[in-house]
Amino acid sequence: MAFAWSKFSSPASFYPLAGKMIPWFAWGAAILTAIGLWIGFGLAPTDFQQGEAYRIIFIHVPSAWMSMFVYLVMAFWSALYLGFNTRLSAMMAQALAPTGAVMTFIALWTGAFWGRPTWGTYWAWDARMTSELILLFLYFGVIALRAAIEDPRRADRACAVLALVGAINVPIIYYSVKWWNTLHQGASVSATEAPRMASIMLTGMLVMSLAAWFYAIAVVLARVRTIIVERERGAAWLHALPEVAQA
Amino acid sequence: MSTMVVAQSPATAAPGAVLPGVRWALARDLRLALRSRAELAVQLLFYVIVVSLFPLATTPERTQLSAIGPGVLWVAALLASLLSLPRLFAADYADGTLEQIALSPYPLESLVVGKVLAHWLTTGLPIVLLAPILGLQYALDNELLVVLAAALLIGTPVLSLLGAIGAALTLGLRGGSSLLALLILPLYVPLLIFGAGAVEATRSGLGATAHLSLLGAAFLVALVGTPFAAAASVRIALD
Amino acid sequence: MIEAHDLAARRGHARLFEGLSFAVEPGHAMVVTGANGTGKTTLLRMLAGLSWPAAGEVRWNGQPVVPFDPAVRAALAFVGHAPALKDELTAVENLATLLELAGERASRDAIDGALDKVALGSRRSLPARVLSQGQRRRIGLARLSLLARPLWILDEPATALDAAGVALLAATIVEHLDRGGLAIAATHAPLGLPEPRTHSITLQ
Repeated sequence: MAFAWSKFSSPASFYPLAGKMIPWFAWGAAILTAIGLWIGFGLAPTDFQQGEAYRIIFIHVPSAWMSMFVYLVMAFWSALYLGFNTRLSAMMAQALAPTGAVMTFIALWTGAFWGRPTWGTYWAWDARMTSELILLFLYFGVIALRAAIEDPRRADRACAVLALVGAINVPIIYYSVKWWNTLHQGASVSATEAPRMASIMLTGMLVMSLAAWFYAIAVVLARVRTIIVERERGAAWLHALPEVAQA
Repeated sequence: MSTMVVAQSPATAAPGAVLPGVRWALARDLRLALRSRAELAVQLLFYVIVVSLFPLATTPERTQLSAIGPGVLWVAALLASLLSLPRLFAADYADGTLEQIALSPYPLESLVVGKVLAHWLTTGLPIVLLAPILGLQYALDNELLVVLAAALLIGTPVLSLLGAIGAALTLGLRGGSSLLALLILPLYVPLLIFGAGAVEATRSGLGATAHLSLLGAAFLVALVGTPFAAAASVRIALD
Repeated sequence: MIEAHDLAARRGHARLFEGLSFAVEPGHAMVVTGANGTGKTTLLRMLAGLSWPAAGEVRWNGQPVVPFDPAVRAALAFVGHAPALKDELTAVENLATLLELAGERASRDAIDGALDKVALGSRRSLPARVLSQGQRRRIGLARLSLLARPLWILDEPATALDAAGVALLAATIVEHLDRGGLAIAATHAPLGLPEPRTHSITLQ
């Protein structure tokens, strides 16, 4: 991934590149979602233990994976920013947070809707869901911090530090919540144990995960373009763009 | 010539020396805290009041209180810590001292450690001493109270260390203390789990060694890592 | 010697200044003037190493430096907008604490002497909260005279000082220049520094 980046590391050159990439990822996401949903809701057999309700894992599991993956990517860009001071890295981190939060939110809601018919309760304090909830708070923290700081540069740096501190803590938090949960075996139910996987179910989940990934890339690229326009306001290259010059 | 500049006074400490920075910050912050004893007393009172609220909201029944006791005492400690964290940097930020601290030849990390130590001595340590007494309100027996105190003793410094990062990041921001809570409380979760869990483990006969060791590990990691993050955050706030 | 090369500053989205270059040699002072909001404080904070420039670089003794560079910190005495005083400490305690923070140890006599020179001798044991703004500024002056630092960066040092105070400030700076130090000061009011050793820049 590193080879061409130096060429595109300025907002001015990344903006058009991102613009070209978005349609590919958007269409890719749409197609993969269609395939994935067809597999998940059409092809995959009814589960022996959980009936039809289990099908929501085709949305729940991919969104949960993405919620964690996006946080790692956000931490990666934050580390790049603190190391190399490139504005675009900070903008990427800024663009990732809302998408990560949305993924986490979807994971929590679909997890609740899965839990209800399967285990009779919307919210069981199991390790994974509780960790997802804390992850949501971590995302909200980064978003809230950015909103609270007016100076963009201070916001970039503060959010970068926060994202990294959060990233280091995520495994610790997950481990501690798992520990807490296993010590209270009786009181908890594991609402997110995926049913034993027929290979078609696994395929469906992988396709949906890829779809979620493409979707996230498309949305984040679109958002980063908006961020670039907002923050590079006044730059000459921006005014030279056809879509801006015409307006 | 440019070399003909004022000579450094012979008493100037070697830059990079760690302990003088810690000592300076600790001594000064303690002296300042002792001159605002009322503020410290109020923070402790907050702890007492919060702990006393839960039985009123739930039940005076002793077995149930005993079940929630360790959790309540720990959560209240977290909240008390949160309430006191802005004190760490806000006053210095407002009167210009923080700039002088950041520009000092001593490493900022060591000055931060000194401040955090002073903060713990005036906020965390009193809670460690007070909690076992309040634990009697929750019908916790002596063995549990000892474990509670030990867990708080190891855990409260970590609250101060992690809190320093949050306090520095939110310096001068609107909605500072709620934002600080949002940022820091998720990071406090493992401490809460291990700290309150230590008491539960003792109660159920499993023994608290594992929990206390994990708390100890968290303390060591925090001691080594958080000064750098907190110092970086202070510099960011001063930019 | 401190130099600026092509310095630029931003506040939010607005550019405060750009392409700013200058050099200040030992024994010389630079006075920065300009209307409110033109970036005087921002410039001084960049030179002191508190802020990152939006573009360009600062050099200390020929070496480019980034914010919080240890070499600059060891050589700098910075006076910011707010006099860095704690309300709860007395003038003597404040001065002693600030000096210790800078790694210097001054004897009680030296501190008393410095406070006498700025006409605060009788007030030395009062908590800073009862002192006026002008008196607090004078404590800052006392600190400057006790710190043996080559680089002085002063942000509006004459604020709240009366005529006698401004004269004292100017005299202190001149003494510092005589010893081979450099000074950069942002100011609205003229400080009365000797012409040949002072250059002026105005930000707009």
